[in-house]
Amino acid sequence: MNDMKVLLNGIIKENPVFVLLLGMCPTLGTTSSAMNGLAMGLATTFVLICSNVVVSSLKSLIPDQVRIPAFIVVIATFVTVVQMCMEAYVPDLYASLGLFIPLIVVNCIVLGRAEAFAAKNRIIPSFFDGVGIGLGFALALTLLGAVRELFGTGNLFGFSLMPEEYGSLIFVLAPGAFIALGYLIAIIDKLRKA
Amino acid sequence: MLLSLTIICVVAGGLLAGVNMLTADAIALSKATALAEAIMKVTPEFDNNPVQEAEIVTSSDGASLLIYPAKKDGKQVGAAVESFTMNGFSGEIRLIVGFDAEGKIIDYSILQHAETPGLGSKMEEWFKTDKNKQSILGRSLGNGNLRVSKDGGDVDAITASTITSRAFLEAINRAYSAYAGTDATTGATGTDGKSGATSQIDAETGATETEGGEL
Amino acid sequence: MENNNLYVSPSPHIHSGDSISKNMYGVLIALIPSLLVSLYFFGLGALIVTVTSVAACLIFEFVIQKFLFKKEPTLWDGSAAITGVLLAFNLPSNLPVWIILIGALAAIGIGKMSFGGLGNNIFNPALVGRVFLLISFPAQMTTWPVPGKFPMTYLDGETGATVLSLIQWNREAVPSHVQMLTGDMGGSLGEVGAIALLLGLAYMLFRKIITWHIPVYLIGTVAVFTGIMHGVNPEKYADPLTHILSGGLLLGAIFMATDYVTSPLTRTGMIIYAIGIGLLTSVIRLFGAYPEGMSFAILIMNAFTPLINSYVKPKHFGGK
Repeated sequence: MNDMKVLLNGIIKENPVFVLLLGMCPTLGTTSSAMNGLAMGLATTFVLICSNVVVSSLKSLIPDQVRIPAFIVVIATFVTVVQMCMEAYVPDLYASLGLFIPLIVVNCIVLGRAEAFAAKNRIIPSFFDGVGIGLGFALALTLLGAVRELFGTGNLFGFSLMPEEYGSLIFVLAPGAFIALGYLIAIIDKLRKA
Repeated sequence: MLLSLTIICVVAGGLLAGVNMLTADAIALSKATALAEAIMKVTPEFDNNPVQEAEIVTSSDGASLLIYPAKKDGKQVGAAVESFTMNGFSGEIRLIVGFDAEGKIIDYSILQHAETPGLGSKMEEWFKTDKNKQSILGRSLGNGNLRVSKDGGDVDAITASTITSRAFLEAINRAYSAYAGTDATTGATGTDGKSGATSQIDAETGATETEGGEL
Repeated sequence: MENNNLYVSPSPHIHSGDSISKNMYGVLIALIPSLLVSLYFFGLGALIVTVTSVAACLIFEFVIQKFLFKKEPTLWDGSAAITGVLLAFNLPSNLPVWIILIGALAAIGIGKMSFGGLGNNIFNPALVGRVFLLISFPAQMTTWPVPGKFPMTYLDGETGATVLSLIQWNREAVPSHVQMLTGDMGGSLGEVGAIALLLGLAYMLFRKIITWHIPVYLIGTVAVFTGIMHGVNPEKYADPLTHILSGGLLLGAIFMATDYVTSPLTRTGMIIYAIGIGLLTSVIRLFGAYPEGMSFAILIMNAFTPLINSYVKPKHFGGK
């Protein structure tokens, strides 16, 4: 029951993008389409779960003074694993996300959860925290990607919903990412308080 | 402290080495497939292995380009040229373009670019679309470089993306100058005035023929 | 408050009679000459674009204030109408209605109401709308109809290039200075017709709606900068007068850089702001990827306005 709470906490109450406003670089940079947002979210989720579990299980072995370098090494390892697997098996996705995958290492959500949660909790809750925060991140990125893809190109997950010439190119570009994110945060804040 | 950090690094390094071994073949394979598909798309039918016979050729402006010759029954029927330009709207554009034996463009494929989505990125389709004077397919560069209409040429630039269009054609022209430089073609040895100083090596005799006389 | 006839208030006690709506309607009157010029050269298209833009801005302002803010709409203070006219003046006259509606929504919704309405907006709403459209629909926003005499065409008119694009691509076809003064050139609705825009400036100065500082320093900066570059390389860079008379420079300098809400409060602040816009415009025009940089320059300096205001403060009464 408690694990369920930890899980939902990450998705809704402490959604990393819409509430904590963490990890803005991949949020704004990779969400030009719903598919890209989903892929980036899932890659981050994988890294987050693995690093949370490993950090949590190693927490008694790692001295306090070197915990940050140790966390970073753990995170970087999993990110590199994800990167190599993507390059090998989904080269198209890797081509569009390539630059941002290595940047998961410095994503403050991953290090933040390792430091704030996994280093203080047991393995099982850490696992669920990773799943919750990761899914919250993936959900937010997919939503933002869907909004930008729909308004920008008229497509959703590559399926055409309206003719492409009616799309506002600005949503595919960087300024549209900021505008869409701002309005999404406003709407979700309103819904959360209602 | 030192010990625990060292152990973590060693374990992480070991894990990465393992994953690298598992995926290295797949990565190389997917890259090779992508390249082979791109070459297949832009060249005439061939029965050799263009990737193995690839050679580096210098274009008229001194850039080194990779050429993948396509041969059938031992005779060269065309080639795919990997070319680039640094003058795109957002920097580098890399593409591969195929010529037939007469030096006509068969097809092209964009390998890498960072052009604006919806504007410059249209080049992936624009110059293949048979509309007005957009398409460059089937054109021969033997009598001069391709240029956009705004610069006095006869290729229609992408709407609102003249800079990208210009850069794209620059890459194509560069590819052609390298291709013509190999002298694999028979009818297309004549180069435009700009590259008058380049020397061409005759494939059969090996003699160097300077084109200064044409000026 | 309104119910009490007597109430105690801090100074000032004497009111000049100035009000938001009085100044706003003054600006609208000053825009009339330019509107007439654009109706003459772009005919039916100019009429459709202007009417659509103004109506859409008024409706969006009303709907957002009424149903989202749930307060009494201040529709008739004239500010939304000015945004509508200025947005239309920044658009080509062959723009389809649905794009104008998106532009009006961006101008009022994103540019103005997101920040809390009139007085709170950081950026000039009309320019937010224009830049939103320019980035969203670059192809439609950069094909300009050829000027005619009351042409009855809207979407199907012949298209040509603006002076600033001609400078880059085809120097022989650049119109003469006289043509530019009267407005016989391709461009968006309100940016053609230098004389009409200057008439508007004269009217606003006469009515003391704006002071001369921003327009004069802005245009002066562009003249000096482009003059130097023209002196260095006349082949490549056009003369300063062409730069001043072409594109949105006069429209922006007179009507948009002078917007009360988004420009600095003090004289010194206005001068810094105007020189900044002039420099940015010249740099974008001469070295940038876009032929015109006025709207970007104004928006960038809009963002600096709070900073300028906090460094350049008016003296306290009696202070040094």
